[in-house]
Amino acid sequence: MKRKELESCLQQVDVFEKPKLLLEQYPTRPHIAACMLYTIHNSFDDIEDKLVADLGCGCGVLSVGAAVLGAGLCVGFDIDEDALEICSRNIEEFDLKNIDTVQCDVCALVPERFSNKFDTVIMNPPFGTKHNKGMDMQFLKMALSMSQTAVYSLHKSSTREHIQKKADDWNVKMEVIAELKYDLPASYKFHKKTSVDIEVDFIRFCLK
Amino acid sequence: MLLLSYLRMKLLTHNMLTSHVKGVTKGYPLLIKATEVKLTDVDFNSEFVSRMIPKIEWSVLVEAADTLGHLNDLPRDLPPDYESSEDFLRKVHHVLLEVEVLEGNLKCPESGREFPITKGVPNMLLNEDEV
Repeated sequence: MKRKELESCLQQVDVFEKPKLLLEQYPTRPHIAACMLYTIHNSFDDIEDKLVADLGCGCGVLSVGAAVLGAGLCVGFDIDEDALEICSRNIEEFDLKNIDTVQCDVCALVPERFSNKFDTVIMNPPFGTKHNKGMDMQFLKMALSMSQTAVYSLHKSSTREHIQKKADDWNVKMEVIAELKYDLPASYKFHKKTSVDIEVDFIRFCLK
Repeated sequence: MLLLSYLRMKLLTHNMLTSHVKGVTKGYPLLIKATEVKLTDVDFNSEFVSRMIPKIEWSVLVEAADTLGHLNDLPRDLPPDYESSEDFLRKVHHVLLEVEVLEGNLKCPESGREFPITKGVPNMLLNEDEV
């Protein structure tokens, strides 16, 4: 499947109807999701026939993409039942048999049971703004404990140095695969501009 | 609009879930009480199944399948040369990926706390007093 085909496909994925500010809900745009997934699949072969986890799956655009690319099973984790409802609808519409979802608080998960179980973890975690300070790193820590091979994630470019330090502390290799511009449309009333570009790193983490 | 068939929780996913209610030291395995189970068709991939076996708790899978009435003739003990037996791998594939719980709950073996499964999605969120 070509990247453009994947992107067209992901444009069919329904997104949040009423995004929740406190949970930092923004949909992952089909273009960005397609770029991520295409690279993970073609450059690293970390999706097809693999056990994949999607932390903070939201409406499931990354999970749907992973399933379409042939993941053995993709398990999406999210705290919000409204998002999971939309995710379920997407899974039905795409008629996908290889996605499960679990409602839970990723930050409260007990690592041991999931320890290194997943081949690959993919995610677009909350950036950790406003009331969620530090959440991006909590997600990353959990992802690393759950993964056997690699974690693919999006983080604000402005936090790159900070993340690199943490990666060193955790003895994890970090590779910035691409710098992306994440355009967030005005989804909340307090957003004054019609859209804002945030510079985002698409990063691959793996154990040293 | 097509009739929606509900989503499901596969036994591969169940195999990894734990209860972490405050004070619980052994919240695994979760007992499945299913009121609605569905069988589905998933493409068989022997390599994937073979790789999943070392990741799972075999006895927990057997127990879960048995509880749901879908153990069939899956052996309770893992045969030593399972990678080379397609017949065996197909049986494992069926139980891991094709038996799905739509409605029911998962019960913590220590605290008795029940985590509901609704439309195939297990809800593992704890209340404030359980954290």
